[in-house]
Amino acid sequence: MPEALEATTKDATAPESVPAAPPAEKDARARSLWSDAWHDLRRNPLFLVSAVLIVVLLAMAVAPWLFTSADPRHADLAKHYLQKPNWSHFFAEDWFGYDIQGRSIYARVIYGARASIAVAVGVTALVTILGTLVGMLAGYFGGLLDTILSRITDVFFGVPFILGAMVVLTSFEERKLWVVILSLAFLGWTQIARVARGSVITIKQADYVVAAKALGASTSRILLRHILPNAMAPVIVVATIALGGYISAEATLSFLGIGLAEPTVSWGVDISSGQEQLRNAAFVLIIPSVMVSITVLAFIMLGDAVRNALDPKLR
Amino acid sequence: MITIDKKTDVPAPRGAEDSGGSLLEVRDLHVEFHTRDGVAKAVNGVNYSVNAGETLAVLGESGSGKSVTAQAIMGILDMPPGRIPKGEILFRGEDMLKMSYEERRNIRGRKIAMIFQDALSSLNPVLSVGYQLGEMFRVHEGMSKKQAKAKSIELMDKVKIPAAAARVNDYPHQFSGGMRQRIMIAMALALEPDLIIADEPTTALDVTVQAQVMDLLADLQREYNMGLILITHDLGVVADVADKIAVMYAGRIVEQSPIHELYKRPAHPYTRGLLDSIPRLDQKGQELFAIKGLPPNLLHVPAGCAFNPRCPKAQDVCRTDFPALVPVTEQDGTELPGRRSACHFWKETIHG
Amino acid sequence: MAELSKAATSAEGAAVDATPSVTEVETVEAATEAEAVAAVEAPVERGEPILQVRNLVKHFPLTQGILFKKQVGAVKAVDGISFDLYQGETLGIVGESGCGKSTVAKLLMLLETATSGQVFYKGQDITKLSGRALKAVRRNIQMVFQDPYTSLNPRMTVGDIIGEPYEIHPEVAPKGDRRRKVQELLDVVGLNPEYINRYPHQFSGGQRQRIGIARGLALNPEIIICDEPVSALDVSVQAQVINLMEKLQDEFNLSYLFIAHDLSIVRHISDRVGVMYLGKMAEIGTDVQIYDHPTHPYTQALLSAVPVPDPEAREGRERIILTGDVPSPANPPSGCRFRTRCWKAEDKCAAEAPLLAVPERFQGSDSPAAHESACHFAEEKDVVHAA
Repeated sequence: MPEALEATTKDATAPESVPAAPPAEKDARARSLWSDAWHDLRRNPLFLVSAVLIVVLLAMAVAPWLFTSADPRHADLAKHYLQKPNWSHFFAEDWFGYDIQGRSIYARVIYGARASIAVAVGVTALVTILGTLVGMLAGYFGGLLDTILSRITDVFFGVPFILGAMVVLTSFEERKLWVVILSLAFLGWTQIARVARGSVITIKQADYVVAAKALGASTSRILLRHILPNAMAPVIVVATIALGGYISAEATLSFLGIGLAEPTVSWGVDISSGQEQLRNAAFVLIIPSVMVSITVLAFIMLGDAVRNALDPKLR
Repeated sequence: MITIDKKTDVPAPRGAEDSGGSLLEVRDLHVEFHTRDGVAKAVNGVNYSVNAGETLAVLGESGSGKSVTAQAIMGILDMPPGRIPKGEILFRGEDMLKMSYEERRNIRGRKIAMIFQDALSSLNPVLSVGYQLGEMFRVHEGMSKKQAKAKSIELMDKVKIPAAAARVNDYPHQFSGGMRQRIMIAMALALEPDLIIADEPTTALDVTVQAQVMDLLADLQREYNMGLILITHDLGVVADVADKIAVMYAGRIVEQSPIHELYKRPAHPYTRGLLDSIPRLDQKGQELFAIKGLPPNLLHVPAGCAFNPRCPKAQDVCRTDFPALVPVTEQDGTELPGRRSACHFWKETIHG
Repeated sequence: MAELSKAATSAEGAAVDATPSVTEVETVEAATEAEAVAAVEAPVERGEPILQVRNLVKHFPLTQGILFKKQVGAVKAVDGISFDLYQGETLGIVGESGCGKSTVAKLLMLLETATSGQVFYKGQDITKLSGRALKAVRRNIQMVFQDPYTSLNPRMTVGDIIGEPYEIHPEVAPKGDRRRKVQELLDVVGLNPEYINRYPHQFSGGQRQRIGIARGLALNPEIIICDEPVSALDVSVQAQVINLMEKLQDEFNLSYLFIAHDLSIVRHISDRVGVMYLGKMAEIGTDVQIYDHPTHPYTQALLSAVPVPDPEAREGRERIILTGDVPSPANPPSGCRFRTRCWKAEDKCAAEAPLLAVPERFQGSDSPAAHESACHFAEEKDVVHAA
């Protein structure tokens, strides 16, 4: 009985919304959707764990020297990879052992965070801007513009992400960080555009948008003041979850040898070089892989937590 | 909590069987919701009963707990966040809250059916109405497709859908609002339940259609001798069809009465306020009487009588002491059958 | 008969609702924008028409095909409506869902473009205005919406919501003055001015509707179009909002167009009432004429169906229960649109669309039954009062 369920959820939220603050109520703090969401998030262990992980990862990316004094590019062939990790030497140079060229894996993992996270954050930022713009224009104006933009979105959506990135990236001589970011963003904006378009179409019919039109508000005002703030919640959720995906995309491409390349320090590059010695020293491969997994997981968990907080009805 | 003698008072005016007690009896029901701001007490000790062939109207505004009570009876309350900390729901004397999931499922639909306000969202848009009606027979009675379809047409005729045989394969969106509500009624009737709970069945309909649907519901109820619980916020709608009425406020019943008596002489200031605040069709008044203030926040229901901040009669005692739902009597002390009021000053309200 | 309706009749054929007794519109020829603005800003005497609607039509095209859209028909939401709104009065518009009453509101707010017809505001056809003159009109005609839960932007504070009109029309209030003005407005509609920083979801339905009303009042408009302003509210709160709206009408000298399906509330607040059915006006007159002396069978059926919260008063009343539903506005019946549900319908009703006019038999009579009614067989019948 789906109808029953719906009726119940409606009524379950009723006690929250119906009785509004009587004049005598002391609690006069302004509560926006975001502050309500924050209130929920602070109590959510999923959010707390992912937030701590992300803060640590961001710190690694911004200031890796705080975590290790070792140089990730310093190769000392005397310290061969067969010299096993010293699991008890916490945060020491040889904590995770050395790779094939005798470089500290611990230092490389710390320094590698920067490239991975820069790619992920950069791509997510570009994708969010581009996707929201396309989705908002298509959704708000509709008609021919919508038809054209939606078909373009469909074309890009049809391109397999990794395959497309491979094609784009192989056409570049030098694969710098920004090249990787731009190529991934070029292919990745479609999902956000679709989400944004859908949410704009719903919101543009809301009475408060009609009310603003009736007041004579300009189109830019309606878009920026009324549509955008209300359409952003689902976009942010999708973007957060996608961010994890871009980290693994970067790793995949680097592993395949067409993403970032030496001398850039990145998890993908290390996974790529680690596979060569999989039988002798699996940890060389496993440790950067685990870092990728943890990071992806942290962002996906964050996205989930944010979605739950923004839209309690989904739970 | 107040205790009320359970052998319920109301000798049903029409068509009641006096053997074997009530068809459905709700006893001291409590429902609460755990929200992020605290515990919202949606239902705080509700008692009511319905006999076969009797119509009980449950009147209240949004947040009064009228729909939540119905959902608790149907067992379709979202739990969590909902919780039933206390109370009994007796169907033919058996407590449904103690039944197993299977037992309850058997009662639902077969013995107690529900009609919702929004017929469009209650019907599956991708299945024809005939299929949805027939599903009841196929699943519950194991009929063949053909038999079920014939039954569906019969039902659609019953609820006076014109050209039923021709329209049985149409989809919900091809019907008008009034017709969809008829289909909902047909679905509820399908297994000839003993009790129908109708939650605002005509609120979404136009006035001219409202009258048709209400009449249909009343006719069918008489024909099948069913119990009917009619949940509504509209004092006008229930006037014609209900036998007795329970007025709810902040999760409690504040007044119970046979229907005609209530309109003539309300015994609770809230009921009186509601009646006075409705504009009249046959006269143009000056200013409408308005109950001041707002319905209470269910997270912080006022102490004493929940209505006291809005009540013109409120005294100190109303702010401290909770008024029990007590029998209402005539000035000379003779009891008024079926009438109860939860007001410290019911005497002044009804006789004043 | 007005020239205007004649001209329109020849253009539109029999479909147009010529309304002889509606006075000719005194149009103001404005050659320049400045003149148009001046005309729009000019004051109107109490009791003079402020808004005149003539043969207003809105058809929504029904199209087929994705790439090459082909029109296959039209939903005739509003199909030739004429009425006047006088300064300081409340004109109620009642009708069932799908009768086009909300489309009328959208057309008057210029939220939809009319298919044909004119809307004169102080003699200026607002459907043809643009630029500064249009902005001046928008400032003077405001709207209160039905659903207080969706008509306020959930991401804006109450202060921003009520203050938004000033940002769009900055000439009305200087920047430094706005906060004070918003607080004044909150006070006027009976809310605590300290709530200025709160968000809409912290308020109940009735309070939100007050916020919506405050937003409508911000620019000091002359006309407020209310589209079902209380139908989403609880009974006990409806009365509060209705009383507030009546108070504000006196205080700010407003004219209301009050659109609703609840006939009791419309009677309470309106000076005159128009009854709509399937995109046409069925009957229009003063509240006494419509409620106590209805002559159109649809009005009679509508009134008799209203549930009265008093079983005793109800027993003496005749109830007319209509059969069937409102036909689709995409394919309305020929002739009189009500004929498919009317108990009086005869061949004439299918052949000939009745004009909205004072019925011949009542012409020249002083009786309250002598008001405009679009029925071939108009006949007075009191359905409201118990026999």
